[in-house]
Amino acid sequence: MSHDTHHDGHGHNEIEMPHATMRDYVIGFILAVILTVIPFWLVMNRPLETGPTVAIIAIFAVVQVVVHMVYFLHMSPKSEGGWSFTTLIFTLIVVVIMLAGSLWVMSHLHSNMMPMAHDAAEPAAIGQVI
Amino acid sequence: MTTVTADHKAGDGTFDFYPTEEHHHPEGHSTMLGFWIYLMSDCLIFAILFACYAVLGGNYAAGPAPKDLFDLNLIAINTAMLLFSSITYGFALLQMQKGSVKGTQLWLAITGLFGLAFLAIEIYEFQHLIHLGATPQRSAFLSAFFTLVGTHGLHVTFGLIWLVTLLVQLNKHGLVAANKRRVMCLSMFWHFLDVIWIGVFTVVYLMGVLQ
Repeated sequence: MSHDTHHDGHGHNEIEMPHATMRDYVIGFILAVILTVIPFWLVMNRPLETGPTVAIIAIFAVVQVVVHMVYFLHMSPKSEGGWSFTTLIFTLIVVVIMLAGSLWVMSHLHSNMMPMAHDAAEPAAIGQVI
Repeated sequence: MTTVTADHKAGDGTFDFYPTEEHHHPEGHSTMLGFWIYLMSDCLIFAILFACYAVLGGNYAAGPAPKDLFDLNLIAINTAMLLFSSITYGFALLQMQKGSVKGTQLWLAITGLFGLAFLAIEIYEFQHLIHLGATPQRSAFLSAFFTLVGTHGLHVTFGLIWLVTLLVQLNKHGLVAANKRRVMCLSMFWHFLDVIWIGVFTVVYLMGVLQ
């Protein structure tokens, strides 16, 4: 394998890498800090009810994942000829089906189970986690 | 099929089935995509562990709940360590683009220190929980918690081992194409771990304390 690449010039053999810039990292870092500090502040100081707080921190987490993907992992629909984006979408579909399916099935199972002694105190415990 | 090939070989001694298309691709041209696909499969592992935690996270077995166990100040420091290590890895990458071996090594080393700090805090937290009697055997919630967070911690540990190996390789060979590829792959791995951590601190710690 390696002798194939030796007699070509060095410049042509460089594999394509996403070009990172300082600007990207600084923007990404500032956004990530904002998107981390606000959820922690909301939970530690509890200015809102539980319901809205859960919704806000969930949305902030999703946004922060996108920020990391774009500014730190340099993802774009065009990178690697679109293949990395395709595998990402595939993975997301599998993850969503599995998470939603597990929670749905298991919460039904839980509510159809015979109540046991310590279950009485926590009938909605499964639903509360997500 | 095989007899046909044998005939060809017998008739023409120079006949060769060497795959000539390989010449058009530089070595390692598909490493980045391959590594990305590995990361996606790793993502599925974490998704399964998240699903387990989501299903079992409410089963305390009359034991301690997240509210009684988690110290958000500690988790905030931990999150900061990982976020700092993400941007310092970015600086290492920028130094690599400039072609500076020393600069790359310096920022990689700083990244490693932040990673080590993260790991130290996590080990302290686990040891503290076990000291309180909140062991993985205590309840389904704690089993799922230790598996999910522990798997992430194990990834960080292997990332650190890889990082130290890379520092040695950079010392030995400098910024050759193979080392550049390795730095890029570890970059993806490291940022990916930070992405997983966003899910961990949101779902496990913040939502756990909110209950």
